[in-house]
Amino acid sequence: MLAYLVLALVLFSIGLFGVLTRRNTIGILMSLELMFNAVNINFVVFNKFVATSALVGQMFAIFIVVVAAAEAVAGLAIVLLLYRNWQGIDTDNDSVMKW
Amino acid sequence: MITKFAFLIPLLPLFGFVMIVFFLRWKERLSAVFSIMTILAAWVMSVIVLIETLARHGEAYEAFYKFVDLPRFILEIGILIDPLTAVMLIVVTTVGACVEIYSVGYMHNDPRFSRFFAYLSLFLFSMLGLVVANNFFMIFIFWELVGLTSYLLIGFWFEKKSAADACKKAFITTRMGDLGFLVGLFMIAFYFGTFNYGGVFAKVGEGVIPAGIITAASIFVFCGAVGKSAQWPLHVWLPDAMEGPTPVSALIHAATMVAAGVYLVARSMSLFVGSAEASLVVAIIGLITSFMAASIGLVQNDIKRVLAYSTVSQLGYMIMALGLYGYDTAQHGHSPGFYAGTFHLYTHAFFKGLLFLGAGSVIHAVHTNDIQEMGGLVRKMKTTAITFMIASLSIAGIFPLAGFWSKDEIVAAASHHPIFLVGTLGIAFMTAFYMWRLCFLTFWGEPRDQHRYDHAHESPKNMTYPLVFLAVMSVIAGWVGLPWLHQGFASFVYHGEAYHPHANYLLMGISLIVGLSGIYLAYLMYYKKSISAEAMAERFRPIYKLLYNKYYFDEIYHAVLIRPVLAVADFMWTFDARVVDGLVNGTGWLTIKWSDIKLWFDTWIVDGAVNGSGWLVRQGANILRFLQTGSMQFYALFILVVLIVFGVFKLEATAVLVGWPFVSIIFVLGVTLLWLFTRSAFVRGRNGGQTKSEE
Repeated sequence: MLAYLVLALVLFSIGLFGVLTRRNTIGILMSLELMFNAVNINFVVFNKFVATSALVGQMFAIFIVVVAAAEAVAGLAIVLLLYRNWQGIDTDNDSVMKW
Repeated sequence: MITKFAFLIPLLPLFGFVMIVFFLRWKERLSAVFSIMTILAAWVMSVIVLIETLARHGEAYEAFYKFVDLPRFILEIGILIDPLTAVMLIVVTTVGACVEIYSVGYMHNDPRFSRFFAYLSLFLFSMLGLVVANNFFMIFIFWELVGLTSYLLIGFWFEKKSAADACKKAFITTRMGDLGFLVGLFMIAFYFGTFNYGGVFAKVGEGVIPAGIITAASIFVFCGAVGKSAQWPLHVWLPDAMEGPTPVSALIHAATMVAAGVYLVARSMSLFVGSAEASLVVAIIGLITSFMAASIGLVQNDIKRVLAYSTVSQLGYMIMALGLYGYDTAQHGHSPGFYAGTFHLYTHAFFKGLLFLGAGSVIHAVHTNDIQEMGGLVRKMKTTAITFMIASLSIAGIFPLAGFWSKDEIVAAASHHPIFLVGTLGIAFMTAFYMWRLCFLTFWGEPRDQHRYDHAHESPKNMTYPLVFLAVMSVIAGWVGLPWLHQGFASFVYHGEAYHPHANYLLMGISLIVGLSGIYLAYLMYYKKSISAEAMAERFRPIYKLLYNKYYFDEIYHAVLIRPVLAVADFMWTFDARVVDGLVNGTGWLTIKWSDIKLWFDTWIVDGAVNGSGWLVRQGANILRFLQTGSMQFYALFILVVLIVFGVFKLEATAVLVGWPFVSIIFVLGVTLLWLFTRSAFVRGRNGGQTKSEE
């Protein structure tokens, strides 16, 4: 079980690092997907080892996959708009987001 | 019946006043003519009213309008025409008309010519209103109006300090009396419930009012008369009032206004008859006044002042006669006093008006009031001299002039009271003496001031005609009261029952001898100079000085009344200036100081707190703004750190389990991370722009 959790932790950390360090918005989105999947693994693993009777964890995983897909759509739409407005998708164009 | 329209008699001069003040002010001749027209119209009406009153056999006519009609108190405005009123109307309008015509000459070239006529008209309105009034309330209103116009006219030449002082003196002195009058009115209102003459007198007759109240009310009402008629002890204003133009002296301070006091006493005689004590007070005050004024008149050198004291003296005569009537009647006796007083009032108006107008004519010619600088003027101004001497004969009581008949009646009224009789005769002697002293010094002998004599000239016709007219009146006016007449003055103007005078030849003879001897003494002293006036003055030096200084009344009043009042006023002023103003200013000063403190407090503490909190927020924000980097990654990291921190704190069990140092290390690590990221984000943010421009 620990191996799964470590995998999830590593995956989550990679995703987190990507979110925090990537400057490309697409990259951030991709890192986010990694984090979702780490969570999904956690759900499945805990369902397998903690609550074996029901498929609650799996259900959640499926839900998250669906929601993540929708979220990706929304995120990509934002990226598209960012590109139209800024002619670029780097998060460095952040000066407009503060006072 | 014109009597119905008698209310127009006072209103005519008022109309003249209004017209002059509002429309004719700048047209001198027109305003004079208009003023004279109104008074002549009033005169004509007065004559008709007199004739109608005679035709009614003296029955009173009264018309009024009630403007306050309460169950126990009635205030009305109305007219009462009875014989006394009718006679007074004639006196006032006749003298008024003469004076107005005379003034055209006397006041010519005066810068305030029109105003003079406006004032005269206003005065005549007030005086006529006073005469026709049918109640005490109305008479008081007009009484005060008369006082006001007197004030205005005495101070007509207000540039002169003496005139300005005199008008103040007159106003304030008469106000003393009027205060008493007012108290009397309050008593009448309170105890009688009405102001109407008839109503008040009916209640006196019914005997429902306590005697003490009647006495007090009469004496208070008499106070008004004392002030207005210049009786002792309020006589001091009248001689000073001579600062006014001479026509004013003639009209107001000799013939009419000062007679208002006598008129008031005569009018309210029913009140005085109800109280022997009050009447006795009236009579005594009259005698004192008369004697005192006559003795002062003996030695004065100002022509108008002699006449003024003569006026005071004659008014005292009338007051005394009326008082004696009240006294005798209260004790169920018979007395010619009422008839004598009113008759003398009537005749006196003519010859005293004439004397003043004559004096004015003399002053007009020689430009001085001092008789010691005159002399021999009979050769220069015949009309004035002759008319003046006629008036002097009349006032001295020489047969058969007007003054003889009225003075004779006063002597008759006093004849039952030895002290009064002696006093009356003594006054008659002094009157004859000082009047003829005046005549001899002014018109006879050698001119004592050649320069003035050379420039003297007879006055213009419009000044001499009134003199002649009044001289004629001074002779014949008394004939309506001849003791042999069955329907004379006495059976027309009377109080209670008609008095039928009978010729008392003894008294007539005595008073005639007294008058003649007075004149003869004056003749010896000032014409023949067989008795030296200077030697007499030297011989009776103390008395002479006492008289010359008018018994020191002015000085006494100054010391006893004016000085304390001034001292009190001075003290009050000091108190005001120091204490009251000090308090006020001190309060102001304290307020300023206090607000200074508050200003300081406001600026530094309150504003400091407000600005300080703003400043603090600003400074805090200046620090916190570095968190607001705009970098999404930084925000994400922040969220992460906060989550971790909260997670750590949430897991208290963990904290307890692993111990605080471990948690602290994690916390410090987190903060350090946060700091590093902030820095990097900040630095990157700054460089970001450059990177982009490089791209």
